[in-house]
Amino acid sequence: MADPPAYNRHRDGTQPPYLYPDYASTVKRSPTRPLIRFEHTLSEITGPSFKTGWAGPEATDLTKQHKGEPLGERMIVTGRILDEDGRPVPHTLVELWQCNAAGRYHHPVDQHDAPLDPNFTGAGQTVTDADGRYRFVTIKPGAYPWRNSPNAWRPAHLHFGVYGGGFVTRLITQMYFPGDPLLQYDPIYQSTADEQARTRLIAAYDPDLSEPEWALGYSFDMVLRGREATPFEAKAHGH
Amino acid sequence: MATKLIPTPGQTVGPFFALGLDRPEWADLTRGNPAGERIIIEGRVLDGDGAPVPDAMIELWQANAAGRYDHADDTQADKPVDPNFHGFGRAATDAQGRFKITTIKPGPVPGRGNALQAPHISVAFFARGLLKQLFTRIYFADEPANASDPLLAGIDDDAVRGTLVARKDGPGIYRFDFILQGENETAFLDL
Repeated sequence: MADPPAYNRHRDGTQPPYLYPDYASTVKRSPTRPLIRFEHTLSEITGPSFKTGWAGPEATDLTKQHKGEPLGERMIVTGRILDEDGRPVPHTLVELWQCNAAGRYHHPVDQHDAPLDPNFTGAGQTVTDADGRYRFVTIKPGAYPWRNSPNAWRPAHLHFGVYGGGFVTRLITQMYFPGDPLLQYDPIYQSTADEQARTRLIAAYDPDLSEPEWALGYSFDMVLRGREATPFEAKAHGH
Repeated sequence: MATKLIPTPGQTVGPFFALGLDRPEWADLTRGNPAGERIIIEGRVLDGDGAPVPDAMIELWQANAAGRYDHADDTQADKPVDPNFHGFGRAATDAQGRFKITTIKPGPVPGRGNALQAPHISVAFFARGLLKQLFTRIYFADEPANASDPLLAGIDDDAVRGTLVARKDGPGIYRFDFILQGENETAFLDL
């Protein structure tokens, strides 16, 4: 079969590096040898599809997973998974995890001296619709301290994992909140040099998404690598 | 041509990813009972101090036993799709940095220019301390096709090439370690 069109490579500075000493854990975990550049084959441009629902049931309302309501500021987060050309990525798995409103994860390794919420686990999943859209209802996570440097605090964030069309489009990222004063001190957020790329990590408050007397609305699109034009498409565009 | 959107930067999975991503059953790709030779791949993840990494996650993508991917872009008409095999898996490390994957040996798949690629599994590797995933591949020591595989053949250093090849560790058992830094550092790919 003919060589399938590859996915585009990232432009310099638009993704974080592996070694970023301000984030101390990168020092012993980042590769020291140069990466081996390899042109995409069928193995890279194919990837898991979640259309048939094999990844399990949807869990899109994190405030309704227990007997009672979790404490915290109720919020809606919705957006689309797009490629670089703005095309929606349908039927792909979106996974979400986060700490509770007090800044504590429902995870045994998290020993932060903040209360667990018996009504909040903090994990959800969904598959995007035909228009690449997802939507979750949750509570706004709290900031929390970490031991990267003295008195370091992570800005409030949601963790997202998405797949896209191929193995190389896989993205695990974090969503932050607009106007958070902790962002300027956070090495994980700051690790992406390109400012335009970095600000993609910040959700937009959208009054049209807020529901009166109920929840604040945030919009957060995630953009995945796009594909090089196929010969057919290039011809259609006249080049 | 319209201006392209900038892709969203990766951010670390952090130490608590198991809360959202832990699916122990996904470490067994054979649970649908696919065709092919059952194999186990096990190993450890070690950091630059040689210390085990207890918070790493490995994601796998592979062709079925015939060498066909469960994906619309794989149009190899001469190879059957296996309805019992997705080819996607995930495993997290335990407190000692160990992981174990149960799968089937993939068949060979075409490379660029119709060169044949030796049987391999594509790997995306995540951990606290990695701001974005690392990519690599797992090959198999007992595959003669390794000698002509385009990726392996393009690596001049025997020791570096060897880090991509799982060694046989018993009947149906392969060993593959992820060494993040140092003398036996795993070769990672720029894809």
